[in-house]
Amino acid sequence: MDYQTLKYADVSVGDKLAALDIDISSSLISCGALATRDFEPCHHVPKVAQDMGLPDVFMNILTSQALMARFVTDWSGPEAVMKALKVKLGAPNVPGMVMTVTGEVSEKDDDNRVVTVNVTGENNIWGMHMEGSVSVQLL
Amino acid sequence: MTPEERQAFEEELYTFVGRPLHPEPKRSYDAVNEAMIRHWAEVMGDKNPAYTNAEWAASSRRGELIAPPAMMYAWNQEGYAVAAEGRPSDGLSDLVAYFDQHGFTGSLGTNVDQEFFAEAKIGDALFEDAIIEEISEQKVTARGRGYFLQTLAKFTNQSGELIGTQRFRVFKFIPPEAPPKAAASGASEELEVPTRIHAPRGQDNGWWWDACDEGKVLIQRCKNCQTLRHPPRPMCGECQSTDWDSVQSTLDGEIFSFVEMHYPKFPGYKYPLIVAVISLAEGTRIISNVVGIDSQDVKIGMKVKGKVEQVDEKTMLPQFYPVEA
Repeated sequence: MDYQTLKYADVSVGDKLAALDIDISSSLISCGALATRDFEPCHHVPKVAQDMGLPDVFMNILTSQALMARFVTDWSGPEAVMKALKVKLGAPNVPGMVMTVTGEVSEKDDDNRVVTVNVTGENNIWGMHMEGSVSVQLL
Repeated sequence: MTPEERQAFEEELYTFVGRPLHPEPKRSYDAVNEAMIRHWAEVMGDKNPAYTNAEWAASSRRGELIAPPAMMYAWNQEGYAVAAEGRPSDGLSDLVAYFDQHGFTGSLGTNVDQEFFAEAKIGDALFEDAIIEEISEQKVTARGRGYFLQTLAKFTNQSGELIGTQRFRVFKFIPPEAPPKAAASGASEELEVPTRIHAPRGQDNGWWWDACDEGKVLIQRCKNCQTLRHPPRPMCGECQSTDWDSVQSTLDGEIFSFVEMHYPKFPGYKYPLIVAVISLAEGTRIISNVVGIDSQDVKIGMKVKGKVEQVDEKTMLPQFYPVEA
């Protein structure tokens, strides 16, 4: 497979990334928590999450970070080097939701060939789940 | 908490600032390895060959695989003990316990900011050196009253090279008395879809909404002087009569003014959301939505035609469409 990585010169502030819909399932939440070594019971035992006032297990922060990072490196290509990942958390992601991730290039740092992409993940039930930015150094 | 109690609480609270979480940098249980990376990449749907395709990586600029930067904190997580025995005590758990003892039992992660200075490679051992970096003054947020605490963790590899930093911000607060939401009774995978905010129905306006539920938009008319009025109210502004009946609007109108609602987005509403004041052919105005048109094409004076539609599971509302010229 041929992998392309974006060239710094070919990216402009205002460029939009193709939106990504992610189905939020119990499996994604529990397996995402375990894949990030987060064994807090609220991410894999529904009863514990319900005692916290939520309808079901909810996504852990490291999975949200991973999905935000992936969204940007899917776009930038594999030779891009990640420099920063900043996430502000909003409403929880719980099973049955769909999270739509969108992004737009917000900044270019010519000296370091680093572009910053503002990213938002909104779920269809409670709205903003995460917003933040990912900075990647391009070729 | 009296002002004196609060002062005493805060005096001790701020002594936590600067304390380390671990007596010495904590080494990850596992070195960075392909199996855990592949497991992570599978779940996240991340097909980046820099993480999992050794052959590609060998011919890439890096010449070898790297760990996903977003995994940085995962390597040093405690593991299954957290579920089986509870989180082991460290500098942060002492602070959390201090908050909990004073009623600030609510806990909400609000921000995680990571910066990366080098890429972790297969075989790297990661060392986490973390401190409580800051504790805010007392704040009142929508969640309740509390304090933001921030930890700063630095991750280095076995050669002492800085891989990255992480700032994690948590709000510790006094939770409201009642739990925020009644838990659905084990109803996994089923969520109540939010609807629009409903207008309260009272004696003076309930009849209008009841007609709307049946697909009609009515305009109140003074029985004494025949003046039309909207929104519904008990007395005629012209002649002060409280006798009234109503006429049904044809929903022919034009846009008198409008706004596009951008932020904050409310659950239950469809976006883009155009909220317009419509001048109806009968002579009154109504606030409604303009739909079926790109928001940049909406213009003041544009002719529109309304239809009463079901906009969500519980709500009937007039919605206005542009009339083709």
